[in-house]
Amino acid sequence: MRTDRFLRIALPTATVAAFLLAWTAYVHTAEVSAFILPTPLQIVSAFIGLVSDAEIWRHALVTVIEAVSGFLIAVVLGITLGMAMARIQMLEWAFKPFIVCLQLIPKIALAPLFILWFGFGLESKIVIAAALSFFPVFSNALVAFRSVEPGDRDVFTMLQANPVQRFTMLDLPTALPVVLAGMEVAVVMSMIGAIVGEFIGGNEGLGYLAVAMLQELQVPGLFAVIVLLTLIGLTLYTLIAQLRGWLTPWHASVAGRSQDA
Amino acid sequence: MKMDNAADIRAADIRLAGVGKTFGQGEHAVRAIGDATLDMQRGDFISLLGPSGCGKTTLLRIIAGLERPSEGEIVVRGHPVWEGGKRSAEATRPVSMMFQEARLFPWFTVAENVALPLRLRGVRKAEREARAHALCETVGLKGFERMRPSSLSGGMRQRASLARALITEPQVLLLDEPFGALDAMTRDTLNMELMSVCAQAQVTTILVTHSITEAAFLSDRVVVLAARPARITEVIEMPFERPRTLDLQRNPEFQDMLVRLRASLTGGH
Ligand SMILES: Nc1ncnc2c1ncn2[C@@H]1O[C@H](COP(=O)(O)OP(=O)(O)OP(=O)(O)O)[C@@H](O)[C@H]1O
Ligand SMILES: [Mg+2]
Repeated sequence: MRTDRFLRIALPTATVAAFLLAWTAYVHTAEVSAFILPTPLQIVSAFIGLVSDAEIWRHALVTVIEAVSGFLIAVVLGITLGMAMARIQMLEWAFKPFIVCLQLIPKIALAPLFILWFGFGLESKIVIAAALSFFPVFSNALVAFRSVEPGDRDVFTMLQANPVQRFTMLDLPTALPVVLAGMEVAVVMSMIGAIVGEFIGGNEGLGYLAVAMLQELQVPGLFAVIVLLTLIGLTLYTLIAQLRGWLTPWHASVAGRSQDA
Repeated sequence: MKMDNAADIRAADIRLAGVGKTFGQGEHAVRAIGDATLDMQRGDFISLLGPSGCGKTTLLRIIAGLERPSEGEIVVRGHPVWEGGKRSAEATRPVSMMFQEARLFPWFTVAENVALPLRLRGVRKAEREARAHALCETVGLKGFERMRPSSLSGGMRQRASLARALITEPQVLLLDEPFGALDAMTRDTLNMELMSVCAQAQVTTILVTHSITEAAFLSDRVVVLAARPARITEVIEMPFERPRTLDLQRNPEFQDMLVRLRASLTGGH
């Protein structure tokens, strides 16, 4: 057990260190231009420069607000619609064509359209983020609320449970693990949506900053922005994963994780 | 309730009249139960014995109002289970059912699962916890109250499920192979416990089992079922005096009864 724990830390440390060393060695030996691929050290110093500038946090805040707002809209809409369609078969029949079409459209391709409709401000990015993160929540909610077993329903029927009790003590806890898994995917998608929106139009946000860096050929700075975006994405994802552990501690995915730790 | 004459007092607690159930239609139709007629008085203990797939679970579910019979009528405590196409609350409220699978909910602890029926009825937390803990002790789950069902063994889950069925102090108890996953010793202990609970509170009980010994030992009557065509082949009285002890199982008359039951079971094919 103890060697296991040691290896779990030592192995990833070793591979990451080897990767960074190889990267540095490659840049030096192959004499790659710093405009194309900076060394990890150059990126780190650019990153430190970046985060010590107050301006960066304004951009970061914009991106986070866009992504989180879009995500929350997607969660509310996705869960409500998924639940409604799981309950009312007719709703699904009625809206199936729209859902299939919307699912097939590469949502990213809609981004320019949303900019056209909602302008260059925050709103269009929020809409893009929401559009991208809606489906993971919606389709998981639809499956989740359908997956209550008839045998479990029978128990509640025998106990004369009222509809509210059924919902809070049976449907909701059955669906939660799957819905939260959808939300984990969705939160990543919402970051992508916000960044793509900023690429296309606007003058603030980390996506905008990345494009600006590229135009000024500040490649280490570009990498630093990517690192920052990754850290923000990781934070959001971890928050949802924490929420999952907190809301569904009984579920195998959570139980398994805490055993590993 | 009308209890105004002698006939009503002796009225059957559970009455099945010509109950039949066919699943599906046309060539895919499966006949699960045919022409089941049976009267049970208050406090009766009967067992359903029969090969796998002969409709035992279906019959229990029909009595519980979870399945609508294709024909015939069921009356529980004077109330038809189905009235105008709807499941009657009066007929089903006094009924507790223990399902063939334990059906515990992973988001509740063992004690919370056992106490669930009380929670749904609005019983205060302190009281339902006290009763759940007492029942957990009765079924041999002391010390496991705060665990999740997933950390229990199959037999322990069945016991928790039994406790959940008993906690409402039901007047009618339907048990679908409750002790299938238990060792013989625990099974005997729980059977004795079950018998005393049912006798004390005059619970009308229907037990589905594959064990001929268990059926003969616990029951006032054993109903033998057969498949294809699905039907009740025989209803046999168990004339052994109560209270019964495990010694009864060594009694020659009891042994003869087992032979008789086995013959009835194999003859039904
Ligand atoms: N919902 C259903 N739809 C279609 N057929 C069903 C359904 N439920 C039961 N049946 C059929 O009815 C028959 C009786 O099933 P049932 O579950 O009552 O048997 P059982 O006596 O409880 O068997 P076991 O001892 O294996 O539990 C079987 O042939 C089964 O396939
Ligand atoms: Mg069965």
